[in-house]
Amino acid sequence: MEKSKYMNPYLAGFFLGLLLLLTIYITGRGLGASGAFKSMVVYAVNTLSPEHTAAKPYYIEYLSEHEGNPLKNWLIFELIGVVIGAFISGLISNRLEFKLEFPEKITKRVRIISALIGGALFGFGAQLGRGCTSGAALSGMAVMSAGGIITMLAIFGGAYMFAYFFRKLWI
Amino acid sequence: MAPLVPDIISNEFNFIIAILIGIAFGYILEQAGFSSSKKLVGLFYGYDFTVLRVFFTAGITAMFGVVVLGHFGLLDISIIYINPTYLWSAIVGGVIMGLGFVIGGFCPGTSVCAAAIGKIDAMIFIVGSIIGVFVFSELYPILEGLYKSEYWGNVRIFEVIGISQGLFSFLMILMAVFAFVVTTIIEKKVNKKDNPDLKPTGRYVTFAAITIIIGLFSFALPERQKVLIEKSNNPDLLATADYKIMTADELAYRLMYDMNSFRIYDLRSKELFNQFSLPNSMNISLDYIFSKDASKLFTESYKMQIFVDETEEGARRGAFLAAEMGYENIYVLKGGLNEFRSEILEFKKPNRELTLIEKDNYRFREIAQKEIKILIEKAKTQQKLEAPKTKRVLGGC
Repeated sequence: MEKSKYMNPYLAGFFLGLLLLLTIYITGRGLGASGAFKSMVVYAVNTLSPEHTAAKPYYIEYLSEHEGNPLKNWLIFELIGVVIGAFISGLISNRLEFKLEFPEKITKRVRIISALIGGALFGFGAQLGRGCTSGAALSGMAVMSAGGIITMLAIFGGAYMFAYFFRKLWI
Repeated sequence: MAPLVPDIISNEFNFIIAILIGIAFGYILEQAGFSSSKKLVGLFYGYDFTVLRVFFTAGITAMFGVVVLGHFGLLDISIIYINPTYLWSAIVGGVIMGLGFVIGGFCPGTSVCAAAIGKIDAMIFIVGSIIGVFVFSELYPILEGLYKSEYWGNVRIFEVIGISQGLFSFLMILMAVFAFVVTTIIEKKVNKKDNPDLKPTGRYVTFAAITIIIGLFSFALPERQKVLIEKSNNPDLLATADYKIMTADELAYRLMYDMNSFRIYDLRSKELFNQFSLPNSMNISLDYIFSKDASKLFTESYKMQIFVDETEEGARRGAFLAAEMGYENIYVLKGGLNEFRSEILEFKKPNRELTLIEKDNYRFREIAQKEIKILIEKAKTQQKLEAPKTKRVLGGC
């Protein structure tokens, strides 16, 4: 079967905006993603070595702000939903497929390494910037947070700044 | 009044809501094409601006919605999560994320979405992200200075720039439309062909026009809070609201014998309140009456809600606002605290022949004077009642 076309981007954006608005209306907070990664890291480290989390200030701060199990976190549940929702969408539109996607010009190895390094940088930056494209940039824009909008400009500005140097990875 | 969590929707049920919201989030991202790194980075090389279109449309839609809901008093902006501003970490963190974006081809949310439909590069990106978070956590002692420098608080961008909220959102919408037009032209040049799906068809133009008209109409209607405050400045209107008057004697009686039947809301400044206040009173501002916290306080049990100020007029303003907000059992202290002082606390029997009723009344006042002075002294040693103030929702990443 043929893959379906993507949704019109403006329509998708409109729906996403309504969803974000609904989220703020119901919960008082926005959407997010990287925070769930943080919960997982805190949980893993805390389980493997509680002495370690008790000694390092970043974990101490996190655990003092969030009661209970780090995995019992709004963003973890939201991210479980994302997996389900994206899977349903892929199923409906015939896009489910195990595949390492990369342009013809680069090798599989380069893509694997670039995905890993890119992910690490994003994960690191999202901690420093207190949120990623969803939690800081998009949700921050919706509530007109100065910090969120500055982070958004820095993400896109930074990406354009470095895009030239990594063009071989994509075009 | 929203947000609905935790009063209307419990914190536990909120997790179910989180899953439902996540499902919609994942579905929309995948349908928009955010499950492909090639499509995501397109905007940095000019061949595909889908990300920009989806992102900005979503951003302005939600921003517009938040402004409108706040405007009509349906959403309490003072307790929703506003990402705090730490200038340097926002900039440096953002630039590092931008670098990660062009190298890795995803951001955290989109990588999860792509991994869900089987993209192996996205799964690797997630592993990388988790490593990145771990490295940051370990290096945190070195980075803490940068992480916490230039803290501005939960400020909003229009406050920083110094323009009104409405003007800022209008400028954002103009910027977004401008970006949509320009990027479509760039995309056409880079790809050397038209994208027929993105032609501004009549349908879109009509839809956008209707939205803008509704938007303009809603801003032409003034903010509910402002209207009521304005009305409360008009003495003629003050008398029209649904509240009752309580005399100094009645309040004195209740202070002595029926403390559970009422609560006093003192509208004076914090300094005056700290110098002198009646027992069982809370210091609040007029703005507080509009908050979500107030809605919990004023509807609590069957208590009489008594507004006081130095003068009766001041107390009437608070009572008027509370009554107009739909709260019941609202009272105003007759003659304000001034009259309460002269009739009770500093009461002196006049030097003339008294009627029988006056005699009874004045005897009561003399007893009340003694008792209430003791109560006031006692209240000073106890913790003062604080108007509840909900902390901002903990959000963000």
